[in-house]
Amino acid sequence: MKRQRKGFVLGHYPGMNLWTALFFVYLYAPMLVLVVYAFNDSDRAQIWRGFSTRWFYKAFANDSIQDAAINSLIIAVCATVVATTLATLAALAMARTGEFKGRSATLGLISLPLVVPEIATAVATLSFFAVIGFQLGLLSIIVAHTVFCIPFAFLPIRARLEGMNDTLEQAAGDLYANEWQTFRHITLPLLMPGIVAGAMLSFIISIDDFIITLMVSGAGATTLPLYIYGMIRQGITPEVNVISTVMLGISIVFISAYWFMTKGDDHTTTH
Amino acid sequence: MAEARSNALSVCNVVKVFGSGPGAVTALNDVSVNIEANEFFTLLGPSGCGKTTLLRLTAGFEQPTGGEIFLFGEEIENLPPHHRPVNTVFQHYALFPHMTVTENIGFGLKMLKWNASDIQARVSETLALVKMEAFATRKPAQMSGGQQQRIALARALAPRPKVLLLDEPLSALDLKLRQAMRQELKTLQRETGITFIFVTHDQEEALTMSDRIAVMSEGQIQQIGAPLDIYERPLNRFVADFIGDTNFITARIAAISGSKATCTAGGGLSFSTPMVGEHSKGDTVTLALRPEKIKLKAATARAKGSATIANATYLGTDTTYEIALTRDVMVTARDQNIAAGMGRFNAGDRVSLEFAAGSARMLTD
Ligand SMILES: Nc1ncnc2c1ncn2[C@@H]1O[C@H](COP(=O)(O)OP(=O)(O)OP(=O)(O)O)[C@@H](O)[C@H]1O
Ligand SMILES: [Mg+2]
Repeated sequence: MKRQRKGFVLGHYPGMNLWTALFFVYLYAPMLVLVVYAFNDSDRAQIWRGFSTRWFYKAFANDSIQDAAINSLIIAVCATVVATTLATLAALAMARTGEFKGRSATLGLISLPLVVPEIATAVATLSFFAVIGFQLGLLSIIVAHTVFCIPFAFLPIRARLEGMNDTLEQAAGDLYANEWQTFRHITLPLLMPGIVAGAMLSFIISIDDFIITLMVSGAGATTLPLYIYGMIRQGITPEVNVISTVMLGISIVFISAYWFMTKGDDHTTTH
Repeated sequence: MAEARSNALSVCNVVKVFGSGPGAVTALNDVSVNIEANEFFTLLGPSGCGKTTLLRLTAGFEQPTGGEIFLFGEEIENLPPHHRPVNTVFQHYALFPHMTVTENIGFGLKMLKWNASDIQARVSETLALVKMEAFATRKPAQMSGGQQQRIALARALAPRPKVLLLDEPLSALDLKLRQAMRQELKTLQRETGITFIFVTHDQEEALTMSDRIAVMSEGQIQQIGAPLDIYERPLNRFVADFIGDTNFITARIAAISGSKATCTAGGGLSFSTPMVGEHSKGDTVTLALRPEKIKLKAATARAKGSATIANATYLGTDTTYEIALTRDVMVTARDQNIAAGMGRFNAGDRVSLEFAAGSARMLTD
């Protein structure tokens, strides 16, 4: 796209580049510090003593950190699988039943949790569990995570479905495929990039969650974010930097993968 | 329904209405047609006349609002698409983008539970039929429109359907390729013996390929007949106008003898045409006369029955002349450019018009 020379273009005003640069420094400097200090040789997190990876070994060898990491993984994997499955079914139901009354209301309801303050959801979930007498622990965290992951998984799947027209499914029916075979051989493979994207989004959202997890975790069910928070209360140690850096790395990998997945959408859907 | 049983496809009084209430669209309005086995049958009509809808009802993607559809005598309008021995070549091919050419063509066979070696043999055979052997491992996105079109054709032919439905399969191709494919499709139809139902809005395509043509307009069939019938003996104004160029001449019936009528029109023209409909002597009727049926002869200015050329348009193979018969009656004549150079006449020349008996047709409306 060519930018027109005439007219008001903010980028052409002097000083804008500086502001942009400052903005990026503000955004990314803390993370850069975090990553750099993860490789600090010092026993005290804030004093630089030279490069070392010893805190990585130490963090990975820490039993509590291992337990927390395993909990986080179990929760994220379970929540992702269940949420993505439910989101796929919901997206298919929405797309394939055509226009129905309350369609936009339904869409709104599915996406609403994205904008509800997390603390409200957290308190609500906790009260709900208390009312129905649900034992707090790993399972309660999984259930809570599944619920808030569904809208995140739903969005990319739905976007993918919107871009698919139903001619391919009709072609499959024309070639003697029944409804299940059409879904299995045509719809599902074509939907897969959206499903994978939704799953990755769910996974990082779950791995990363703090507030809801804090509320609904019982004793003994500590996740990585909860563990980091616990450690910070005793002061920032290099170990905290290490775990945070690893989580940052995982998030970046997933987000990049998600980006590449959804970017290809225009090319892969046919008409 | 004895007649229905001997046909490949019988469509009986089919009505299709989309939507309901004030916004409802009647896409097909009481359509009946019988298509014989081994026929190359074309549905021809302008955009929105219901061609695709009729095809989709046959394939099973839509249910008729009323009427019946028989396939080789079996009533099918309630069968789902995968239970109908009918395959479709879609307008935009609808190849499965995540499958190779081989997988695309084998898909129908796999769904019919053929065994792997039979599928392989049939896929190779069909690929050879459309001359695409070299493309077996490509994905649809790696092929040109014309190549995808052939694969779509192969995929639809592979399960040996009883009837093949083709929805404007050539419309996305360029002119040269389209002309080549016309011939190939026709040959393929003869060789396979499969009944083809071909949709197009291109009259030339319809005339060159079809055994019979149904001309449609606004959800109704206007005329069914062989290309020659449709072109030479159009029933009504719509058909005469849609296929080729036509002069519509308002004439008066001067005499009737048996099934023939003699009609006279302005400028001293007189035509002998077969009678159509209920008319009596003295009635005003519309005649259709193809421009190329008019033979022009140079005439002197005073000659009886001569007219003035108002306009000449050079078209390469032909020249068309607009000829003023009287002050407000114009006809168009088409004259082949046999000699080198521009047409034989120029604007302002006087000519006399001749036409063979029967070249003008009386229309029903
Ligand atoms: N699903 C639908 N819902 C509502 N109206 C429809 C639907 N499908 C077709 N129509 C209407 O039915 C009429 C016939 O459509 P159809 O697609 O059969 O036309 P066509 O002859 O194939 O035209 P074209 O040459 O443009 O493909 C049109 O007026 C169209 O708007
Ligand atoms: Mg159409």
